[in-house]
Amino acid sequence: MRWAAPVAVGLIAIVVWHTLVKAFNVPHYLVPSPALVVQTLIADWGLLFGSLLVTLKITFGAFFMAVLVGTVVAFLFVQSRWVEVSFFPYAVLLQVTPIVAIAPLIIIWVRNPTAALLVCATIVALFPIISNTTLGLRSVNPALIDLFRMNKASRWQTLMRLRIPSAAPYFFGGLRISSGLALIGAVVAEFVAGTGGTSAGLAYQILQAGFSINIPRLFAALFLITVTGVALFLLMVFLSKLALGSWHESEVKQEA
Amino acid sequence: MAAVPASAVEARVPVVEVLSADKVYANGTRALNPVELAIWPGEFVTLLGPSGCGKSTLLKMIANLIAPSEGRLLWWRHGFERVGEAGKQLVMVFQDATLMPWARVQANARLPLDLRKINRVAANSRVEEALALVGLTGFERHYPRQLSGGMQMRASIARALVTDPNLLLMDEPFGALDEITRNRLDADLIQLWWKKKLTVVFVTHSIYEAVFLSTRVIVMAARPGRVLAEVTIDEPHPRTDAFRVTQKFAAYAKQLSEHLAKASSLGGEQL
Repeated sequence: MRWAAPVAVGLIAIVVWHTLVKAFNVPHYLVPSPALVVQTLIADWGLLFGSLLVTLKITFGAFFMAVLVGTVVAFLFVQSRWVEVSFFPYAVLLQVTPIVAIAPLIIIWVRNPTAALLVCATIVALFPIISNTTLGLRSVNPALIDLFRMNKASRWQTLMRLRIPSAAPYFFGGLRISSGLALIGAVVAEFVAGTGGTSAGLAYQILQAGFSINIPRLFAALFLITVTGVALFLLMVFLSKLALGSWHESEVKQEA
Repeated sequence: MAAVPASAVEARVPVVEVLSADKVYANGTRALNPVELAIWPGEFVTLLGPSGCGKSTLLKMIANLIAPSEGRLLWWRHGFERVGEAGKQLVMVFQDATLMPWARVQANARLPLDLRKINRVAANSRVEEALALVGLTGFERHYPRQLSGGMQMRASIARALVTDPNLLLMDEPFGALDEITRNRLDADLIQLWWKKKLTVVFVTHSIYEAVFLSTRVIVMAARPGRVLAEVTIDEPHPRTDAFRVTQKFAAYAKQLSEHLAKASSLGGEQL
């Protein structure tokens, strides 16, 4: 049931799309039929798959960097209120500044195009990790902290046995948001860099297809980005289930 | 010094001495007037009173979780730094079970031993013993959420017992449970106290719980938090549920509620 319903909605949408395109004889340079998109996907697979790998490389690289940097920053924040109060506004600043506005600057400053894309996508993906992990590391049952204190637990023991497990559900929530943002960041950065003609990611293919009015290829590239996003999300759900499945309310099946 | 029950007067060292300790919060609120209290080995002392009477504050001072504003406390005639040595183990059971939800019952109960870096095999056998004492044998592999409230509380008590404590502090441990479960746990607790020769300081706002469990009840009142009276419950141990329906039980309950009523009729006046 949980799978069947959304799949049915998707199938119906495709059938309606196909029927409307055929019925009104819509030219394929405006809206291609689903069948044509699949044909293009197969025909241009070599080109598109190469681009997909480039985009995936940036996405996973940026996601990894965001998790690494974000977690380190969160640990620094919880060490002292002053550190958090002093630096948190700048984390917000980084979050609210549109990446398209600063991407050209980063592309000029960072000479290596791949590195420039990585930096852009990391900035986009960073904030949810910082804010969620910080919140999680602070959301510890105060009575458990008392218990650890009474047992003369060291700072390290309290961190490993109490703070990190308490933070885990928040951290995995951050991962879900951040993984999607890493992909968006990668695509947006490619768009900006693509106008400079330095990248061959999926966004670049979309731009090129747009210029040459190759709309079926545009749709095919778009389809690959969407599938990547969904796959990332499912991967995060899976990881979260693996880590929290046995104990956390969000993952435990409710007994009826 | 406070009156000491005859049975406990021996040339023994008091487990805890509270010497004119009080608590005033930074905003000027007086949580607790100066208290004089000695807890003797083998006693079951209950701090009884309404919300805001400072009973939890007093307990947390005994646990060294908060420091008194004036006065001081001694544990086995020494400062807190000596607590934790052999024969000077102090543990606390909190209002909720405060188990770690990500750990199974066994790992939860083993926590104090793990924090002391005790060998896993030795620790597990002590955990097994403690779980048997609270009647949780067979639930080692369960997660806390799979247990009822009463069973979670039993796991919490098992965790307190693994270090073989001399002093057990309990902060309204059964307050959130239904009355039937609470009575069961009270009966089991008093057996445990008797069998293990524990010293217990127990916080409650239930008169009946106080009478049933205690060797001595410290009656407290609010605004400002203070000690009103001490009542020794002179009923031999081990006690069973039969004690609950005796004349003597009712008389003690009446005596305690009269103390509490007198305090509330004086309520609002600054003494």
